[in-house]
Amino acid sequence: MPVNKIINTFEEAVSDVPDGATIMMGNFAGPGGTPYYLIQALRNQGAKNLTIVANTAGGIGLTLDFDDHRILFENKQVKKVIATFPFSTSPSRPSPAEKQIVAGEAELELVPQGTLAERIRAGGAGIPAFYTPTGVGTVIEEGKEKRYFDGRPCLLEHALKADYAFVRAYKADEMGNLVYRGTQRQFNPIMAMAARVTIAEVDEIVKPGDLDPDAVITPGIFVHRIVKVKEDPGFPRQLERSFQVKQA
Amino acid sequence: MKERLSREAIAMRIAKEFFDGAVVNLGIGIPTLVSSFVPEGMQVIYHTENGALGFGPVVTPDEFEEKADIDLINAGGQYVTPLPGMCFFHHADSFTIIRGGHIDITVLGVLEVSEKGDLANWMFPGRGVGNIGGGMDLAFNSKRVIGATEHTTKSGKLKIVKQCSIPLTAPQCMDLIVTDIAVIEVTEQGLVLKEMAPGWTVEEVQELTEPKLIVAEDLKEIEL
Repeated sequence: MPVNKIINTFEEAVSDVPDGATIMMGNFAGPGGTPYYLIQALRNQGAKNLTIVANTAGGIGLTLDFDDHRILFENKQVKKVIATFPFSTSPSRPSPAEKQIVAGEAELELVPQGTLAERIRAGGAGIPAFYTPTGVGTVIEEGKEKRYFDGRPCLLEHALKADYAFVRAYKADEMGNLVYRGTQRQFNPIMAMAARVTIAEVDEIVKPGDLDPDAVITPGIFVHRIVKVKEDPGFPRQLERSFQVKQA
Repeated sequence: MKERLSREAIAMRIAKEFFDGAVVNLGIGIPTLVSSFVPEGMQVIYHTENGALGFGPVVTPDEFEEKADIDLINAGGQYVTPLPGMCFFHHADSFTIIRGGHIDITVLGVLEVSEKGDLANWMFPGRGVGNIGGGMDLAFNSKRVIGATEHTTKSGKLKIVKQCSIPLTAPQCMDLIVTDIAVIEVTEQGLVLKEMAPGWTVEEVQELTEPKLIVAEDLKEIEL
């Protein structure tokens, strides 16, 4: 029987997320590369005491109105967030996450961005821990093993894995192979490899053979569920033009 | 006449540090402005943490309809333009470029910098919270770290200090500090005053700098 990973609705795709789950979410500074429909569905599904792994704690970035994991904080579903850029740069407009972190209602693990990326990559790659120079002599060092390599001090950092990864990609084929568009890619491919269940939110689902195998970024074996975006939210995008610009 | 350089002039001075083929990552604030002042004909390859190299300038309001794309942004969350030869990669590769020492120059904002070149720039003053983002990896691992900042805070507090009073981004990472009144090189001997804004004396710059400055033999006026 051919592989079928296509799920018709976002609700169905997230229906089995239990309370207490750890979920990685593609996210950087705006809607690009953020699986906002999966996040909306999770808000409606209501799982609680979640641990979220993402670049931000939601609600910051491009000033576009969209539902990132900010709505999970608003709905009091988050116990802990592991992030690199959790706070609003504007003190007069603190994000819901910031208020909960400062009030002690949600826990924050603040991680340098390269360390977060490598911890996620290591999680998918079967590397339990690694040493990095980043953070020595700063607050990041606290409680971590330090070791010198070629005279340079480094910190031991541990891999991160998740129960679920919500990823945003451009196109999937029915095998789950994914291609991305521009800076949408960010954390998505490494998160896809680090979770027990990876759910991809995509613009288009095509037949096997319709994606150039050389262009595939995430091999389909890492993707368990695929859901197609049905309504275009109308964010600025130049989908009719590729980024393959030619000199005039 | 003694005056302070504008943010644009600070950026202009920093652009003089760039070279053909340099791989450059610009932080948020004054650093972002530097790309506007790179000499015509010089090819600088910009890197952004969210996974792109070789992209073009920030999309202007006039270009918005035609060029803004949520899938082409820089680390400051600004829309940028595509350029021939640019490429995309995921976050682990992006920080392979940074941590692996493949960034030639990073330009970062400064809250405090010490005489040893320690940089503190991630925790918001007075808020007790902050964002680390990609700044730590950049400060620790770039070949050259340049600080772009006003010499003192808006309220006149010194930013170039003997020892930082706020949490560090990275110890002993800075190579060059470009402010609105001076260009200072960080050396093993201490901070060397290399250039001053027009009309300033060494004593006046020293007064706004906590550590003792070493005056360069070839001290000169800042040229833009």
